[in-house]
Amino acid sequence: MRKLGAQELSVKASKLRMMAIDMIDKAGGGHIGGSFSAMDILTALYFNVLDIDPRDPNKRDRDRFILSAGHKAAAYVPVLAERGYFAVELLDTFNQLDSPFAMHPDMNKIPGCDMSTGSLGHGLPVAAGMALALRMDNLSSRVFVLMGDGEIHEGTVWEAAMGAAHFGLENLIAIVDYNKCTMDGPIDSVMPLEPIEEKWRSFGWGVRRIDGNDMQQILEAFSRLPELDGRPTVVIADTVKGKGVPSIEGDYHWHYGRLSDMQRREAEATLRRGM
Amino acid sequence: MAGTSLSMKDIENSSIRDVFGRALVSIGERVPEVVLLGADAIGSTRGALFAKQFPERTFNFGIAEQEMVAAAAGFATCGKIPIATAYAFLLSMRACEQVRTDICYPNLNVKLMATHAGISMATGGTTHHATEDIAIMRSFANLTIIVPADALETVKAVEVAVEHSGPVYLRMGRGEIPNVHSRDYEFVIGRSTCMRAGGDVSVIACGTMVAEAIAAADSLEKEGIDARVVNMHTIKPLDQEAVIAAALETGAIVTAEEHNIVGGLGEAVAGVVSEHAPAPVIRVGVRDCYCGIGPEDGLRRKLGLTSESIVSAAKRAMSLKSSRNR
Repeated sequence: MRKLGAQELSVKASKLRMMAIDMIDKAGGGHIGGSFSAMDILTALYFNVLDIDPRDPNKRDRDRFILSAGHKAAAYVPVLAERGYFAVELLDTFNQLDSPFAMHPDMNKIPGCDMSTGSLGHGLPVAAGMALALRMDNLSSRVFVLMGDGEIHEGTVWEAAMGAAHFGLENLIAIVDYNKCTMDGPIDSVMPLEPIEEKWRSFGWGVRRIDGNDMQQILEAFSRLPELDGRPTVVIADTVKGKGVPSIEGDYHWHYGRLSDMQRREAEATLRRGM
Repeated sequence: MAGTSLSMKDIENSSIRDVFGRALVSIGERVPEVVLLGADAIGSTRGALFAKQFPERTFNFGIAEQEMVAAAAGFATCGKIPIATAYAFLLSMRACEQVRTDICYPNLNVKLMATHAGISMATGGTTHHATEDIAIMRSFANLTIIVPADALETVKAVEVAVEHSGPVYLRMGRGEIPNVHSRDYEFVIGRSTCMRAGGDVSVIACGTMVAEAIAAADSLEKEGIDARVVNMHTIKPLDQEAVIAAALETGAIVTAEEHNIVGGLGEAVAGVVSEHAPAPVIRVGVRDCYCGIGPEDGLRRKLGLTSESIVSAAKRAMSLKSSRNR
């Protein structure tokens, strides 16, 4: 597949948000807020950055991706469908009995899914194991892992942050979708992360901070990896929860939900302008 | 010994963990995909022998068992066969959710090898005992659970666990335990071993309690009671056939394990018996308490993890059988 450029990726992300809105509507609800804050990053990864082949999803020397914030499946699953891992029509089954996918992804059911996730704080240590194994086999494959901002409250994230730096995993790239909201409220009132860059830096990581809803900045960050030689990289992506749906943007109440007909029409009009 | 470079001399008269350490080296030589993961206990779990021989295949995560177990899942997705080692209480409880969510749910080929199980860390006290691990692990679908009864069985179990495709929890103690198997012993996952034939009562035991069960059968024999002894080395999948046969043929069952009677081998056996061939089942084990601190022998006596407890349980089971038959 030809890698898409920034402009094409933005159009693709708008299309994917519309697909996700439709999927969530049919499913009766979904994790729209965190899925939409991460949609631009996921689109960039799957249509530009990752070395993958949907015709050979288990290719040994592929890049790996772990959706550690598994609830962002409402973005991830449409991305995989659009990338060609399975038929787009299957999205209509989201959350249904016997569907290959629901709220959190299952690696044994979803082609292209490298790890089952859903419980927070698991993806980074799993990714560290993958990165070690790939390095042992002298493969140049990289491991990308997307975490939510609230997710990094979990202690296992910091166990793995310490370990990945110790093992010098320059083939490991963590992304923090910093949309500033957790389920109970604004993250700064629940459990603040700042100074977030210093935290990761002090653990021995190369740190990059970007606007995670700006395609140029996303591509630029991923175009020169690792950020520091011999070290894992973390991309702190400042994002907006619910990005692309004006009526819910930045509102922590929209961790999970289903848009009203009016919100939907408004969102579709906004997203069409971006296509 | 077939399939291993270990001699009987390497195996006899050694602590379980020493034998485990040698078995790791042996399997490492034979299976290049094997990698060893530890959490700052590579020395005391005896992974150090492997680490010395295969430094590039050994990974020490520091005192971070959750990270180690999750990382093991990552290794497995890339075709490695990770052996994650730690004390049993840490592997089963500190890293519990990683075992369930990262390994058992996706059914990944990870080998969890726990040492210092049961009360083998006697003077370490309750924080370092593991009398709940079988109960926890039993409730995870896809997981095979093996509790070897002696050094030879430990060596065989390490080999078979690595050859088996899918997640395995191997539960070992720490110190020396008597040998109960002869060198031609064949170990098959899910197929229990009849250590002694008998028709009056069956003792179904695992791990350190197998030797106690054999000693109990010796005592019972002197009283004219003919006890069957079954080494139920695989807790899951349980050898249902052998359990049902014991219930039907002897009509009275005693289970014995170095574990809480809640959720352990005893309940697994009782479940099968009650569904297929109802008969009295008396459980010998830790009676739902924390075990305290003390030398191992003293603790065993205090907790009733002895052949004497098995003898009296056998008599109780037999009297229940006869009162039912009246």
